[in-house]
Amino acid sequence: MAADETPVAKRLKSIKHIIIVCSGKGGVGKSSVSAQLALSLYASSPTARVGILDVDLTGPSIPRMLGLDGRGVLQSSEGWVPVYADGSEARLGCMSVGFLLKRKEDSVVWRGPKKNAMIRQFLSDVRWGELDYLVIDTPPGTSDEHLSLLEHMAPVHSRLSAVIVTTPQAVALMDAMKCLSFTRTVNLPVLGLIENMSGYVCPCCGEVSNVFSTGGGREMARQEELTLLGSLPVDTELVTLLDAAESADSEQAADELSHGTERTFQLIDQYQRTSSSKLFKPIVEGVISALAVSSGTPQASSAEDAKIES
Amino acid sequence: MIAVQHAVDPLSVPSDAPEHCPGTESELAGKTDACAGCANQDICASGETKGPDPALPLVRERMSSVKRKILVLSGKGGVGKSTFTAQLGWAFSADDSVQTGIMDVDICGPSIPTILGIASEQVHASSSGWSPVYVQDNLGVMSVGFMLPSSKDAIMWRGPKKNGLISQFLKDVDWGDLDYLLVDTPPGTSDEHLSIVQYLKESDIDGAVVITTPQEVALQDVRREIDFCRKVGIRVLGVVENMSGFVCPSCKTESQIFKPSTGGAKRMAVEMKVDYLGAVPLDPRIGKSADYGVSFLDEYPDSPASIAYMDIIDSTQFTLALCFIALILCP
Ligand SMILES: Nc1ncnc2c1ncn2[C@@H]1O[C@H](COP(=O)(O)OP(=O)(O)OP(=O)(O)O)[C@@H](O)[C@H]1O
Ligand SMILES: Nc1ncnc2c1ncn2[C@@H]1O[C@H](COP(=O)(O)OP(=O)(O)OP(=O)(O)O)[C@@H](O)[C@H]1O
Ligand SMILES: [Mg+2]
Ligand SMILES: [Mg+2]
Ligand SMILES: [Zn+2]
Repeated sequence: MAADETPVAKRLKSIKHIIIVCSGKGGVGKSSVSAQLALSLYASSPTARVGILDVDLTGPSIPRMLGLDGRGVLQSSEGWVPVYADGSEARLGCMSVGFLLKRKEDSVVWRGPKKNAMIRQFLSDVRWGELDYLVIDTPPGTSDEHLSLLEHMAPVHSRLSAVIVTTPQAVALMDAMKCLSFTRTVNLPVLGLIENMSGYVCPCCGEVSNVFSTGGGREMARQEELTLLGSLPVDTELVTLLDAAESADSEQAADELSHGTERTFQLIDQYQRTSSSKLFKPIVEGVISALAVSSGTPQASSAEDAKIES
Repeated sequence: MIAVQHAVDPLSVPSDAPEHCPGTESELAGKTDACAGCANQDICASGETKGPDPALPLVRERMSSVKRKILVLSGKGGVGKSTFTAQLGWAFSADDSVQTGIMDVDICGPSIPTILGIASEQVHASSSGWSPVYVQDNLGVMSVGFMLPSSKDAIMWRGPKKNGLISQFLKDVDWGDLDYLLVDTPPGTSDEHLSIVQYLKESDIDGAVVITTPQEVALQDVRREIDFCRKVGIRVLGVVENMSGFVCPSCKTESQIFKPSTGGAKRMAVEMKVDYLGAVPLDPRIGKSADYGVSFLDEYPDSPASIAYMDIIDSTQFTLALCFIALILCP
């Protein structure tokens, strides 16, 4: 095995845990959960090193959410340099197709084989360095991106796990079930389920409205014997923060390039002031302890040759 | 700086092509380094592919009895494409003399059967092709959701298989005479979108309704979708802003859940030079109706959201009529 180690295996050797964030349904909060997970893992220890890889190739959200719109990727002798959200401290690296577009409103019109090639390149060419966690944000569905990810990462299968995100309504749960079947078919351990956008507190009178229903995620977790990592209500402050409203002008982006770190430290400070970040704390603790359990018990090696259709 | 390369004509790259495929209609088809090993290399090199796909005449034949073809698109997930498609279907079919078909090309996450309350139905084959599932006499539906043994099964298909099913939906389904064919799509700009546009190239798509929510994270994907429509030559009938504001049932105050931090769909429409069709508020009863498979427009006809939907549907029909007149005047 070691003799014909793939470029992906070689590259990912220095990464301890790889967490795939998925859900069959669109718009349930995969990208915002990925961003929050990365930020919270980053803040979980002063030395934690985190990467976030966005494999939503036709609709990348991570650059915007982390306030990194307009940034580019440089080539170094050791590979592509990730964009560091925390500047010179370089503990939170990001990679996304969004960083590779000449104009950000350019559409990426790719069929499967090109997507597959891009994902392979992301996995084999990005110089992540030593990482404690690599969080992977995925598009909705169970198609090319997901199959390619699993295929290329087969050699490091024992370090992979997934977090499933859903919203509470039936239409979303149905797709979350499909996503769960997918993880079972490819032998991907599921750390747990997050129920997102569960309930909204009226800013005026405090009344709770279940805008997208409530409790569906908890019920699914119970029926499928999954850990419910947490339930997050609708938080309008979070939407605005992830919209990166205040960094909308590109002058500032250019400014940041030269001045390095300032703003993103701001992002983590701002995030830690939201009510979502407090609710996310037990979720991250749940993720970290689930990872400790799964890496403590040796995984069945048969998982490495999980069959996926290509 | 590293940058992605764009294919010259995305429509001429087949779904099972190698990553650097020059496109089947290119002078270089079958002759570049990337073509080595491709299953289609010999056909491409022979020049045969410069001719049409064999499925195209069959699709054209089927589509000849369909008057209007409308796509519902969005770059962003979960913004309400499927819900809008269903309301459009219900609104059109409220008129007994209008025949409507809904085709769901979201292969990995089909929601249409659930939203229309026909999730347990199955597709039947007859001598004239696959029969759509009928919600009522004048509203037929086709979705991969009708073909699965269990709704829990994941469809783990790569592009070529999805492409194959979409071509079957277009050439093998016995739609009969239709006034409208509405196509619900998954988010993004990938295989499903390219396939549907490729197959309907000769049958003329009347246009696309683009759905978004008000926040920038959604708008940035929708700009890319509009860019896609331009690249492949699809008319954008207009943009709809969904989940635009929420009125608290208790104190009646309106608040913005997905705050339009960059001006919302209205400003985006101006910037992108497309029509703005209107806004639908967030109403939890829409989600509930979808989960139970009942028509929100029928259940709550006087709600602000129903009124907004009806206005948007009227504007869409008006735009379609204008396009039609323009076509007659200057074909
Ligand atoms: N708990 C929450 N409260 C309020 N808004 C939220 C919450 N979680 C996510 N959002 C917002 O909802 C929108 C959709 O979320 P997000 O983009 O993360 O979903 P997604 O699953 O990644 O979507 P896609 O399928 O398009 O990739 C975003 O604008 C995000 O900021
Ligand atoms: N105006 C609205 N108010 C409240 N809920 C809504 C509204 N529009 C849609 N929804 C609900 O939001 C969820 C997402 O809608 P829908 O499934 O139509 O989105 P979609 O764009 O088709 O998603 P996907 O990208 O996964 O295909 C559904 O549960 C739907 O019922
Ligand atoms: Mg996303
Ligand atoms: Mg849908
Ligand atoms: Zn209120």
